[in-house]
Amino acid sequence: MSDLTEQWRERVRAAAEAGTPQQVRGGGTKDFYGRTPAGEVFDTRGHTGVVSYEPTELVVTVRAGTPLAELEALVAERGQMLAFEPPHFGAGATVGGCVATGLSGPRRATAGALRDFVLGVRIVDGRGEVLSFGGQVMKNVAGYDVSRAIAGSLGTLGVILDVSLKVLPRPVAETTLRFALGEKEAIERLNDWGGQPLPVSASSWADGALHLRLSGAEAAVRAAERKLGGEVLADDVAADLWQDIREQTDGYFANVAPGEVLWRLSLPSSAAPVKLAGRQLIEWGGALRWLRSDAPAATIRDRVAALGGHATAFRGFDRAGDVFQPLPAPVMAIHRRLKQAFDPAGILNPGRLYDGI
Amino acid sequence: MNIAADPVVLGEQEADFSSVDKARVVEALARVLPAGALMYDAEDLRPYECDGLSAYRQMPMVVVLPMTEEQVVAVLKVCSEIGVPVVARGAGTGLSGGALPHKFGVVLSLARFNRILHLDAHARTAVVQPGVRNLAISEAASPHGLYYAPDPSSQIACTIGGNVAENSGGVHCLKYGLTVHNVLRVRGVTIDGEVVEIGNHGLDAPGYDLLALMIGSEGMLAVVTEVTVRLTPKPQLAQCVLAAFDDVIKAGEAVAEIIAAGIIPAGLEMMDQPATAAVEQFVHAGYPLDAKAILLCESDGTPEEVAEEIERVRAVLEASGATEIRVSRDEAERMKFWAGRKAAFPAAGRISPDYYCMDGTIPRKRLGEMLEAIQEMEGKHGLRCINVFHAGDGNLHPLILFDANQEGELERAEAFGADILELSVALGGTITGEHGVGIEKINQMCSQFTRPELTMFFRVKGAFDARGLLNPGKAIPTLNRCAEYGRMRVSNGHVPYPDIPRF
Ligand SMILES: Cc1cc2nc3c(=O)[nH]c(=O)nc-3n(C[C@H](O)[C@H](O)[C@H](O)COP(=O)(O)OP(=O)(O)OC[C@H]3O[C@@H](n4cnc5c(N)ncnc54)[C@H](O)[C@@H]3O)c2cc1C
Repeated sequence: MSDLTEQWRERVRAAAEAGTPQQVRGGGTKDFYGRTPAGEVFDTRGHTGVVSYEPTELVVTVRAGTPLAELEALVAERGQMLAFEPPHFGAGATVGGCVATGLSGPRRATAGALRDFVLGVRIVDGRGEVLSFGGQVMKNVAGYDVSRAIAGSLGTLGVILDVSLKVLPRPVAETTLRFALGEKEAIERLNDWGGQPLPVSASSWADGALHLRLSGAEAAVRAAERKLGGEVLADDVAADLWQDIREQTDGYFANVAPGEVLWRLSLPSSAAPVKLAGRQLIEWGGALRWLRSDAPAATIRDRVAALGGHATAFRGFDRAGDVFQPLPAPVMAIHRRLKQAFDPAGILNPGRLYDGI
Repeated sequence: MNIAADPVVLGEQEADFSSVDKARVVEALARVLPAGALMYDAEDLRPYECDGLSAYRQMPMVVVLPMTEEQVVAVLKVCSEIGVPVVARGAGTGLSGGALPHKFGVVLSLARFNRILHLDAHARTAVVQPGVRNLAISEAASPHGLYYAPDPSSQIACTIGGNVAENSGGVHCLKYGLTVHNVLRVRGVTIDGEVVEIGNHGLDAPGYDLLALMIGSEGMLAVVTEVTVRLTPKPQLAQCVLAAFDDVIKAGEAVAEIIAAGIIPAGLEMMDQPATAAVEQFVHAGYPLDAKAILLCESDGTPEEVAEEIERVRAVLEASGATEIRVSRDEAERMKFWAGRKAAFPAAGRISPDYYCMDGTIPRKRLGEMLEAIQEMEGKHGLRCINVFHAGDGNLHPLILFDANQEGELERAEAFGADILELSVALGGTITGEHGVGIEKINQMCSQFTRPELTMFFRVKGAFDARGLLNPGKAIPTLNRCAEYGRMRVSNGHVPYPDIPRF
């Protein structure tokens, strides 16, 4: 438990003055994500500790360098969880890295994304000012919602000091069902179910098999299980399955071949099969489609854009180029001005999100 | 460097638009708008002079009622070129003066953008124009077994554009989220006339989360012309528990106990005795009038799920010392339980010539403290206050009763409100949970944020609207304003912003 606010403020100030780029880094478990990291490593792991945890308020405030595993264990003791199931992608993942990358796991489609659970942040901006936005309450519309905008900004707007996250009770019951279905049928079915009051909490389709997780009150889960049919997985098998998908330790992710890129396609859940070369794993009720492919980036981006979505080159791509879907000019202009607003010297994770940002 | 283009300078002091020439503005707008879409005579402007916070009134210079996005683009280009303030307006039900006109500005009403463009039942999304009423979306979705979850009490009147601008909530947002959790994408026009799409038809978008910045931005960043909302399956069943308490503190503790038991009810509302009395004579909901506070706790889901949750809720309420517990037996009774709560604002309007609705949010565990403090403030300001709370998320709506025709009562009501807001901040909360800052709470923003934070807000605004033409003077106070406010209100002998010149 230690508070490095003052050191960090000094460090950013000095870096801004000298124009020394800083690569803000926690456990380094997500070093692979985004464009090529640049700059002197700014290790956040010294700024740790839970600032406050109020189970009955459903809020935990924690310093950025705190290991994510520690936070999860703490809230689990009180029967609570981070409902967005953030991936760790390795031992040593920190809360700061989790928020900065903004990635969510299997429960996202029904429980909400990481950004939906961010109630407040404290950051050091690129001038070395300590700023606090949002707070620890559920509803707060005082000022622009900067804290949610910090989530997923890949450390390019500020160094996250602390974050307040909403936590939720863990579901009482959970069960996983398996169905043999082709891609098109699986997407259809997932969207049909999505329109019904069913306690779906995760889904995953690959190679003709659809897995569906149900979570909630005992009675609701049992009733849904009877209604939906399918084959019930043993609890330990199901737990491993969702863990492997969340952490990408599943064979699908682990065996990305040389020359293949792992694409993350974000689409309207009901979008038709993408029909791109390569192998897929579909999550989030159809809204997240992983694609291992050696097809040209332009082909993939165009197809996904035509379907109303966007594509991220998640792993195995040339990181000097555009990893994230290029933005239309007026939106890009807003991005540049926001970067300028938070980090006028351009020293915080420069270029990690887009060229110059 | 162009000084006016620097957003930091923009945040120092309020801009002066008094040199705007009305004739020139009218002439330029007439060139881009069809007849009937432009109004500038006093009698036509009158309906726009205030929003739901009617204590604040200001006649605009011009009102425009465009029908197409091209017209919005053209209007904004004209305003940008001449340098005229623009205030977007939905239904005008806002409670913080967000849509209050600017004396030298244009009110841009989205009233004619009232079409649901596309409803995709399979994908559970609807693309709607900003002037569509909140409830109209749920009505359109209903045949598909779907609805739009955020349900502000004003939902028959307020527009989705206004909801986006305020990040509005409702009694069910504890479980189903606020506007920010239920909107996937907005399309809007910046003051420069650029059309921007923010968010996505999928679950996320590349780049910064501009959608989060747009939602709750009170018409300060762009004019919204289209909104994609997420639709939610209607629960099979909803049931409501009404619990009475002989002590408000106990009721507050029961709220925390329900959450601590791992229950997230679909709604969890609290009313104090004066509020109960006020609504009872108006809607006859059958509320127990001897109770010091009542709680309404709703469960929804499958019949099995609801039965299980209601039993758990009942056990918690009994253990927390509820003096009476009723469970709605059918839909009619459930609606009756809610009718009282939903009628709280109109009821306040019936028992008092005027009321002033506050909107602070505090950590739930401080509810008791806040209620006691409000009682003391009633004495201090010589006004009555009735309390309705979105207790589940700590969002308070104290309704301060006053009579604007009585000399000094409005000022006392404002001072009372300011005390509540300052206490909300001191208790670790915020000055506004869902109604927005607008013009009403702009001074209290100075207590909630530091100078560098306020400056950053202006920089964020500057990234969208470099010259500060969209809704100027709202939501974020200038440093000068805070300096003036600081001179009036000195807390703990500490003067905020000591280095800013004072006038
Ligand atoms: C009786 C009553 C009950 C209420 N209950 C609730 C409640 O339960 N929960 C809650 O959250 N609120 C509640 N409100 C407040 C109010 O209804 C909401 O804030 C609502 O979202 C305002 O919508 P509107 O269309 O009336 O917006 P307006 O009042 O017209 O405008 C509000 C703000 O939005 C901006 N705006 C409007 N349209 C656009 C657009 N297209 N683009 C950009 N900016 C725009 C305006 O500039 C202004 O800043 C209540 C109000 C009343 C009178």
